[in-house]
Amino acid sequence: MIPLSNFLIVGAILFSLGVVGLFLNRKNVIAILMCIELMLLAVNINFAAFSHFLGDLGGQIMVFFVLTVAASEVAIGLAILVAYYRQRRSIAVEDINTLQG
Amino acid sequence: MVHATTEMTLNTVELMAIPLLPLFGAMAAGLFGWVLKDKLSHWITSSCVILSALLSIHVFTQVLNGAEFYGNFWTWIASGDLVVNIGMMIDPLTTIMMVTVTVVSACVHIYTIGYMHGDPGYPRFFSYISAFTFSMLVLVMGNSFFTLFFGWEAVGLFSYLLIGFWFKRESATTAAMKAFIVNRVGDFGFAIGILAVWYYFGTVDYREVFALVEGFVATNQVMHFMGMDVEALTFICLALFVGAMGKSGQVPLHVWLPDSMEGPTPISALIHAATMVTAGVFMVARLSPMFEYSEVALAVVIIVGTITAFMCATIGLVQNDIKRVIAYSTCSQLGYMFVALGISAYPIGIFHLMTHAYFKALLFLAAGSVIHAVHHNQDIRLMGQLRKYMPITYITMLLAGLALAGIPPFGGFFSKDMIIEAAYARDMGWVSEVAYWALMSGVFMTAFYTFRMFFLTFHNSDRVPAETKAHVHESPWVITVPLMILAVGAVGAGMWGDWGLHMTSEEVAHGYFRDSMMILEEHNPLVKLELLEEDHTKSHFWLEYGALILALSGIFSAFFMYFKESPLPAKLAAMFPGVYQFLLNKWYWDELYAVTIVKPTRALGTFFWQKGDLAMIDRGLIHGVIVNSVKAGASFMRNIQSGMVYHYAYAMVIGVFGLLTYLMLNA
Repeated sequence: MIPLSNFLIVGAILFSLGVVGLFLNRKNVIAILMCIELMLLAVNINFAAFSHFLGDLGGQIMVFFVLTVAASEVAIGLAILVAYYRQRRSIAVEDINTLQG
Repeated sequence: MVHATTEMTLNTVELMAIPLLPLFGAMAAGLFGWVLKDKLSHWITSSCVILSALLSIHVFTQVLNGAEFYGNFWTWIASGDLVVNIGMMIDPLTTIMMVTVTVVSACVHIYTIGYMHGDPGYPRFFSYISAFTFSMLVLVMGNSFFTLFFGWEAVGLFSYLLIGFWFKRESATTAAMKAFIVNRVGDFGFAIGILAVWYYFGTVDYREVFALVEGFVATNQVMHFMGMDVEALTFICLALFVGAMGKSGQVPLHVWLPDSMEGPTPISALIHAATMVTAGVFMVARLSPMFEYSEVALAVVIIVGTITAFMCATIGLVQNDIKRVIAYSTCSQLGYMFVALGISAYPIGIFHLMTHAYFKALLFLAAGSVIHAVHHNQDIRLMGQLRKYMPITYITMLLAGLALAGIPPFGGFFSKDMIIEAAYARDMGWVSEVAYWALMSGVFMTAFYTFRMFFLTFHNSDRVPAETKAHVHESPWVITVPLMILAVGAVGAGMWGDWGLHMTSEEVAHGYFRDSMMILEEHNPLVKLELLEEDHTKSHFWLEYGALILALSGIFSAFFMYFKESPLPAKLAAMFPGVYQFLLNKWYWDELYAVTIVKPTRALGTFFWQKGDLAMIDRGLIHGVIVNSVKAGASFMRNIQSGMVYHYAYAMVIGVFGLLTYLMLNA
């Protein structure tokens, strides 16, 4: 029986990878989306682990919600990216700085 | 005069309607003038004011039979001890004012239809004069110092708006500002007076204050004011009188009144002759229970009135603008009224106010008719022989002139003669003595300048420029009918007031005014006059006929000098060039004010503008300190706004961590 803490450690590592990837990645917007996805999955692992160990199916139902939201988020994000690429001919993060003060 | 024994009450709805009808007309013409167009605007406002005049006359007849009204309608302000009610005090003094105001206003409304015909601001003008009528009615009908003050300020506002009615003319706007600013000086004193009333009496209601006055005098309260100890009541009266000086064009605050002639002539007749400028006279008469107990205030009223009556009459002698002659005459006649008030002859003051309102409004409207005929030229040197073209104007102006000069049996004779005789009888030492002689000389000058203007306009040689001459014509009926109505007033008001209403009765309580004014027994100049006349050991010829002789000689002097073209006036002017210039330049009051007040104030204003506003605030503070610090702050802050997504994400994550840490630590 794998203890709960192992699951949580994996989740934490995945989440941290996501966060760090978010900061460190300066090239690709798609990588940013992937990082966000990674963070969401880390959360999902926590949900599933807690659900199993507490014997409560609510956590696993929550996982499906998160997956649905993540899927639609990626769909919208990619759609925006495509539109943006058509405008700017680039999806490099450095170029997305219209909001600069 | 028969007194009704039972006190009748008046219909409050009717009383409310009298001021509210003109207000309704004013709002209709003012707010919807653009829809109503000229014709409907003048129909609505004129009929409202005429209706108001008819109601006033109805109330007047009821008051004549003994009815009175005193009551509050609602509470306007209730703040701690200060309770201000909106209410009315309707007594003989109020009703005579109401009738005068509404009748003259109605005549002026009708007259305006002809005079202002085709003016682009036509509905606006009607709106203003109706609103003015409303304010003036509030002023006279109110029952507290606050309603008085409200009306006082409102008439000042409409006076300002109407003087500057032709706002594209620079002279009109400056005259309007001058009137407003000079009135501010007076109103400041007035406001202080009202506050002092509230401070000492704890109420602003006329009746309550009047009931307290006698007891208050007995306590001998002293007020410390600017390092002086002044009797409190004297202070109150003098402060209020400063307001009257401003509003009623008394020296030294008279300078705005002649300049107000820049406004259209109907308002000169209504506001700057018949009604608003007499508000000060009304106020002092209304507050007679207070002024009676302050000898100093009464003396000041006499002195100011005397100086004004004399000085403005001398200026009137040489002016060449037809309206200015009449304007100075108004100042001078207001001086007569104030002398009447100062010698405690309040009923005579109000009597003269009434007769003056009719004949002076008539004089102005007739002058307006002349001005209208000669295409807005106001210089009497460019008139002459107009009687052939405008007979109705000629006759009505002659009647008004005779009334002003004080020829029996026309209006002014009864009231003005009474003032002079009363001034003679009232023994106040040099004060009343000087007043008497100044008024006597004023009578001569009044007759002279009136008929100088009259002869130069209607007789003498024909000096009308050729191009306007072809168009000179009698005015339309909307102008001549009001002239005729007012002519009836100018001729009859004196006889009616003296013989019909007994305004000149020795005991005010036995005459028309009943108990609406208070005169102390030892002051009453009319009783003294009666005693004086009963003393048959001395001749009273001069006392009784002196003024009349002077008036007639004034008319004859004018006749000799101006009836036919004559070299006499020019010779006289050349003989005394100093005096002539002095009078022509109006005793150099404007120049005096320019040097002592206007220029220093302008210099101070320019200093604050250039150094204070432009240099310090604009350049120093705003463009210096504030703009630079905002710039520096902004250039720092804009670095944060990098536009890089990962910066924002980083800040967000740090924020979330910070928040979570905070919550966990404080959980």
